[in-house]
Amino acid sequence: MNKFLNPKLFSKDVEMIPTRNGYGDGVVEAGRANPNVVVLCCDLVESTRSLPFAQAFPQRFFEMGVAEQNMAGVGAGMAATGKIPFISSYAVFSPGRNWDQIRVSIAYSNLNVKIMGAHSGISVGPDGATHQALEDIAIMRVLPNMVVLAPCDAHEARKAVLAAAKYVGPVYIRFTREKTPVITRPSTPFEIGKAVVLREGSDVTLIACGPLVYEALLAAEQLSKRGIDAEVINCPSIKPLDKKTILKSVQKTGAAVTVEEHQTTGGLFGAIAEFLSQTNPVPIIPVGMDDTFGESGTPDELLTKYGMRSKNIERAVSVLMR
Amino acid sequence: MLIRESKVRQLEVLANTIREDIVSMLLEAGSGHSAGPLGMADVFTALYFHVAKIDPKKPRDEKRDRIILSNGHICPVLYASLAHAGFFPRSELKTLRKLNSRLQGHPHRGSLPGVENTSGPLGQGLSQSVGVALALKLNKSRSRVFCLMSDGEQEEGQTWEAAMSAGKYRLNNLVGIMDRNNIQIDGQTEFVMPLEPLSDKYRAFGWHVIEVDGHNIRAIIEACDEAKSIIEKPTLILAHTTPGKGVDFMENDYLWHGKPPTKQEAREALRQLRTLGGRISSEHE
Repeated sequence: MNKFLNPKLFSKDVEMIPTRNGYGDGVVEAGRANPNVVVLCCDLVESTRSLPFAQAFPQRFFEMGVAEQNMAGVGAGMAATGKIPFISSYAVFSPGRNWDQIRVSIAYSNLNVKIMGAHSGISVGPDGATHQALEDIAIMRVLPNMVVLAPCDAHEARKAVLAAAKYVGPVYIRFTREKTPVITRPSTPFEIGKAVVLREGSDVTLIACGPLVYEALLAAEQLSKRGIDAEVINCPSIKPLDKKTILKSVQKTGAAVTVEEHQTTGGLFGAIAEFLSQTNPVPIIPVGMDDTFGESGTPDELLTKYGMRSKNIERAVSVLMR
Repeated sequence: MLIRESKVRQLEVLANTIREDIVSMLLEAGSGHSAGPLGMADVFTALYFHVAKIDPKKPRDEKRDRIILSNGHICPVLYASLAHAGFFPRSELKTLRKLNSRLQGHPHRGSLPGVENTSGPLGQGLSQSVGVALALKLNKSRSRVFCLMSDGEQEEGQTWEAAMSAGKYRLNNLVGIMDRNNIQIDGQTEFVMPLEPLSDKYRAFGWHVIEVDGHNIRAIIEACDEAKSIIEKPTLILAHTTPGKGVDFMENDYLWHGKPPTKQEAREALRQLRTLGGRISSEHE
């Protein structure tokens, strides 16, 4: 097994932790390391996992109420005064509702604000389409100066938060609600702008982000039984993109499938397609939300209904191999 | 803060010069807003040349007071004030809105020394100011934050989110100054979207409110001084101003909100400003 992968990954007792917990742990660590780290939250302290920070550093925690636009502006003002604000809410609200404030007050001024979007993706489940952020990567990726990260598990989420705290400039990180398999190890490296090859292969490249990296790895296992040798790349840094790793892989395989819990327009597929079309055009099939809104249901039911399971990835590979 | 009558006179003359610069800048730019910048020249002069602790040689000094402009479209008055204060050469004012200029059509933090924030899309400055004020409190700083706002942007919901949070955190280091000129692009504010009772609204949100004549420099200075003694609340100074102040054909006409003068109009505007409305003669004639 790849040295970056959790040895228990495919066993029944694999640890299941939501990526939002990685934020909760990471931001406390960041706060301990740097007294300028502050956290703002919009009436979702427990579910975003801002609570451990609020308890550890009550003087540096700011409850902003249900007012995401104001939170973005307040974050900008704090950053302009030397603080490192982590502004936290559900991704549908921040950056969903306060995009203009993020664009004008934060991104254009290149201010050091970290936007923490919880409950991204369709796996939010029963809350339904209003609360399932499936556009957040697209609306953040399009902003100049903005870094966009989608960690695959709680370990990576924690590292992404710590990296964001050290990086000077605006960063968006999306987290998910559900408990999902711990894919990586605590020692697996994480760097903004870096993708990691989790499984080497030569027939097709599976590029995934977020907890669906697990589905990509499952698909690769199944494909190998059919004699198809898939390479799996975990691509948590959607902007900046690790162009070198992606280019090297598709030059070898000649085809790719992108996997994301996001609209296929403007997200990971968009980023990969934009890059490869200019450098090394290859056929790419996206697995993700196909230009539709979600609905209520369990996370498993929704991922199946909307086609983001390993078998959908396998099917996409079959089409490419035809 | 005691201020001598002679100093007030000096500031009034400076405000008039800033108005002349605004007219010249707008003429040169060929686009931009006339009424708001002229109306706020006295407030800006009071702030930049008497009230606020700022040092153009150290534009990012931690101990400085912060002047945040929320309604970025009145930036000609900001740029003229910064240039007169010495943040950059006055000659650069004529580059307003031109390619490669540091004087962007709406102010951009990072482009020009002295510009504290990016603004233009309305309603964002008060939130930014709350953030600055909170951070200053964390730093145990004695610096103050002055947030200049328009009345029209009170129509933005974000303004009230920010007002609420300033009240919650009892930001006594924050002074909002609202340009109550009663006009916006589509007409009189009370026709476009009634705003009154503004004083009561801010009081209800936990603010101390002072109403002043926005062209009375002494009154503006005294209001900023009074705000210092309010230790439990942020203060709003509701500055009643005349849009287009100093140029008779622009005054109180909402059509002058968003357009620059033509060459002839600028010449007449400058004549009025240089002669203080015909009361004195001008060597520029």
